[in-house]
Amino acid sequence: MTIGLVHWLVLSALLMAIGAVGVVVRRNVLIIFMSVELMLNAANLAFVAGAHSLGTMNGQSIVFFVMTVAAAEAAVGLAVILALFRNRQTVAADEIALLKW
Amino acid sequence: MSPYLFYPMATASVLFALAVVLAKSPVRSALALVAVMSLLAVQFAFLQAHLLAALQIIVYAGAVMVLFLFVITLLNLESDHGVGEKPRLSAIGFGAGAVVAGGLVMAMAGLVAPAARAGALPEGFGTTVVLARQMFGRYLVAFELTSILLLVAVVGAVVLAKRTAAENSEGVTGA
Repeated sequence: MTIGLVHWLVLSALLMAIGAVGVVVRRNVLIIFMSVELMLNAANLAFVAGAHSLGTMNGQSIVFFVMTVAAAEAAVGLAVILALFRNRQTVAADEIALLKW
Repeated sequence: MSPYLFYPMATASVLFALAVVLAKSPVRSALALVAVMSLLAVQFAFLQAHLLAALQIIVYAGAVMVLFLFVITLLNLESDHGVGEKPRLSAIGFGAGAVVAGGLVMAMAGLVAPAARAGALPEGFGTTVVLARQMFGRYLVAFELTSILLLVAVVGAVVLAKRTAAENSEGVTGA
């Protein structure tokens, strides 16, 4: 039995679901952020596997852009977390309820 | 790729991903995430995405995760209670996650693969040359817009993380 597209997609789906669980169950904003990064990586794996299966480079180009956006997002997101911690002395998501109605 | 390589690596990826979510200390989460990203880089290499495998190590496992670790150590956080603090809510979260995982896996496993390529990969597949041709051809506009995005992100990060003059004169502790 050889490893084909479906194997990679199932692995990608598992990583995506684990990342989603992390976003839901954790309170620490930093760990929620890391779970989002995990989900981005899972999507990247699906793109790369698809590109390999189809023999076209478009999937790999998309991954390149996803990586760029993820790097920008990490820089801004971590700056937001730093500013948040400086003002509120907490990184617990449920204690930051300023906008909660 | 041989199943003897794929299954151990896939299992390790999933276990490290679970460690990211379950670890109590953010530092352990970050290190587990580095492990997941490194394993994904190896899998990219097996999928003939050579440039992306290198970028995954340099940009993700390197730059982004070092930034995460800097912030974690800068904030000097104590470990929180992990997922055990609100067991009922966590259980609901894990249940929903299991449903999502099941649904996604079933959708992926039941996928009718689109017309797969016949025969070998094209010449130079996944190399820098081929990717660069796409960047400066088909995706030129997106590529140029990316540079604006990065510029905005740099300026935004500096503005957000900067202390105000008032904070500086007070000589605030922490952070």
